[in-house]
Amino acid sequence: MEVFIALIIGFLYGASVYMFLRRSIVKLVLGIIFLSHATNLLLFSTGGFLRGSPPFVDEVGSDASLPVADPLPQALVLTALVISLGVTAFSLVLIYRFYKETGSVDLDELAQMEKK
Amino acid sequence: MLLTLLLGLFVLSLLAPLINTFSRRFSGWLLSVVPFIVFILLAVKIPQVSGGYYSTEEYSWIPELGLIFSLRLDGLSQIFALLVTGIGSLILIYAGYYMRSYDKTSRFFGYLVFFMASMLGLVLAADLLTLFVFWEFTSLSSFLLIGFKHERPEARQAALQALLITGLGGLALLAGFILLYKVYGTFELATIIGNPELLASSPLLLPVMILVLIGAFTKSAIFPFHFWLPGAMQAPSPVSAYLHSATMVKAGIYLLARLNPLMMSSEWWVYSLSLFGVFTMFVGAWMSITQNDLKKVLAYTTVSALGTLVMLIGSSTDFAVNAMLVFLLVHAFYKATLFMMAGNIEKKTGTRMIDEVGGLYRYMPVASAISLLALLSMSGIPPMLGFISKELIYEAGINAPSAAGIILLLGFLSNAFILFASARIALDVFLGKPMFEKQPKEPDISLLTGPAILVIISLLLGLLPGRLTDSLLNPAMIHILPGSEAMKLKLWHGFNDILLLSFLTIVAGVLMYIFKARVTALVSYANLKYFKARFSDGFFGLIDGFMYLTSRKTAIVQHGYHRFYLMTIFVVASVLIALTFYGWKPKAELAQNLQAPTFTVLVFGTLIVVSTITTLLAKSRLVALISIGLTGLGIGLIFIEYSGIDLAITMIMVETMMVVLGTIVVFHLPRYLDFSDLRSRQRDVVIASVFGLLMAFLAFRSFTNPETKISEYFVENSYLLAYGKNVVNVILVDFRALDTLGEITVLLLAAFGIYALLKLKTEPK
Repeated sequence: MEVFIALIIGFLYGASVYMFLRRSIVKLVLGIIFLSHATNLLLFSTGGFLRGSPPFVDEVGSDASLPVADPLPQALVLTALVISLGVTAFSLVLIYRFYKETGSVDLDELAQMEKK
Repeated sequence: MLLTLLLGLFVLSLLAPLINTFSRRFSGWLLSVVPFIVFILLAVKIPQVSGGYYSTEEYSWIPELGLIFSLRLDGLSQIFALLVTGIGSLILIYAGYYMRSYDKTSRFFGYLVFFMASMLGLVLAADLLTLFVFWEFTSLSSFLLIGFKHERPEARQAALQALLITGLGGLALLAGFILLYKVYGTFELATIIGNPELLASSPLLLPVMILVLIGAFTKSAIFPFHFWLPGAMQAPSPVSAYLHSATMVKAGIYLLARLNPLMMSSEWWVYSLSLFGVFTMFVGAWMSITQNDLKKVLAYTTVSALGTLVMLIGSSTDFAVNAMLVFLLVHAFYKATLFMMAGNIEKKTGTRMIDEVGGLYRYMPVASAISLLALLSMSGIPPMLGFISKELIYEAGINAPSAAGIILLLGFLSNAFILFASARIALDVFLGKPMFEKQPKEPDISLLTGPAILVIISLLLGLLPGRLTDSLLNPAMIHILPGSEAMKLKLWHGFNDILLLSFLTIVAGVLMYIFKARVTALVSYANLKYFKARFSDGFFGLIDGFMYLTSRKTAIVQHGYHRFYLMTIFVVASVLIALTFYGWKPKAELAQNLQAPTFTVLVFGTLIVVSTITTLLAKSRLVALISIGLTGLGIGLIFIEYSGIDLAITMIMVETMMVVLGTIVVFHLPRYLDFSDLRSRQRDVVIASVFGLLMAFLAFRSFTNPETKISEYFVENSYLLAYGKNVVNVILVDFRALDTLGEITVLLLAAFGIYALLKLKTEPK
């Protein structure tokens, strides 16, 4: 299980890096999405792999004999998810605006524009 | 009390602009009140200090780091502190009037008093770090004052040069102090100086010495760092008189004197001080010959004087140390006077070129009388104190432990050159033929008070030098050369070889003056032919070279190509991650604890991989978007499988919104284009695979490395403290509610940004 999830995380990171290295600005944004997917999964997995025990407690407090999933990574990932939504939405609109202003979706052209 | 005095001056530096605005007419007199009070308060301590009672004050600064702010008034500090505050008050009176024709004088007085306070702090500091802080303050105020006429490019350049050179020295000094701390485990000066054997037996002796020497030499304009001082003459005359002759440039001398007991046992110390000192003494005097600008002449003779002081410290005999202290006072008196007079001349005649003025005694008899007395002191002619100090220097030269011949010869020549410079100023500027159509007037009383007082002191001490010995010299000498004793100073020593030397010096100087034209021509010829090195130009060449190198480096590193920046980051990150695996071994029992992947997870994982590959290969933007949404969905399913219910809900909502939003935006963008060629794609695949693989290893390692969890607390207290049964939610809205607030803020900012980007109207280009 650990090996399998680790491989998926690595695969997602690889995909994100590959997309980052493209010239198209759209692919750059896709790379950002992959990066947050990979990171969220990594963060989540550090809580261990416990099936069917969501982190709920009853009124008398927790019972050590009935372990629940680690709530902390989940809280972290939840925050990260929302933030990455914000980032993704913002960058999507940013590339839209970028295209409107420059008429290009090629980042290399941007570099050449700056040089001029 | 010392702290009060120091704080008083620092407060005054803040108030100085106010005082100046309040009364421009009397600002100099008003401002000089506080320094003068400080001077008096320090002066009444003279009997105490000479009796061996030193006031010490300690304030804890950062006690956790063992940093102490401490001050101490001993014999050596005292002599410098009196110079700083005494001459400082006189300079302020002078500057109050002198600066009237300038703009922004409020700022000027602020800087000047700030310098005074820093300089006082420097000489009172009882530990190395306190000393260092004030040391840097003085460099800083010197920079601001040299560049005061910042509209002029030369002033800015000279200020920058002075700052860079003294700043470099400051850094070296700090390094030296830190090494000293490594040896002694304390920054306290008394402890360090009290135990020179420890440093002598340490391998750090030489590095400490070199660093300290660089610090002191840059500050005191010792060859090869001498060139910033003539450049600093861009500053208004009060600054030249105060910082660049009487006080700040003496900070290096102070430091050398202070640390002399620590390192005098080393031959390197003695030789470098003697060598650099003698050489600077000669070079400064030599360079003064061909100068025509009054202030430049004075600046180069100051360089020569600083060299003399360094040489005398290096000799470390009773004679030398005695001579050094007397010369320190003498030089401060006459040089401050002459700089102020140079300012007066410039003010009244509009020039300070020696060949453009003459016969000033007719128009300004008082100023001329004062200047002539100061020049007598500079030439070392009785009855001024300068005579006594020159005699002492010759005596020290004769008694020098090594190379007495060379020291005497170069000392003799330097003195002759300086005598020549004095003669030129005295005879060409103040005496001689008048050269003005418009008659310059006598300078005002404020402009003459300071010089007059200094010259009178110089004259009185020259006639009655005995008082000086017990009250100031002896208490200071024991700190420079433990166990040494000052000689009884006398104006008349009787006929001996030293008197003969003095006489010969005067003859040589006078002869040089008689053949002035020829001497000057010869020296300029020699300068042109043999001493072509222009230190200042070389320095700026160095700076330019550095700037060129930096811009080239920036052009290479900052190429502007986005993906290569990212590539650099990922490659470096890969290397760093790989390094963390150096020496890592998986634990043996690991294999048993691993769980086999369940069927459901295998399915979800396959979904993730397949949809990701689809995104990577997609030719259409829409396909890419939808499949990346599927990737997110797969991750959400894994969340569900492993007890992350809230996560899964959020994930699915987020992914849906993202696909919708993406579709809207992509609709407005041009079609997908393939920009990259095959080779760069292959290269990127390799980089991406390596990075991904390393991340997989890292993830695996983190799963199999169970640390103590801090989550227990949340699980236990979720209901007890926060009355919530869903622990994740309780963490978000209760335990870490502030973080969630931050998160909401980020979302809000993103929303504002999006709105602005969509609505923003830009001017068409």
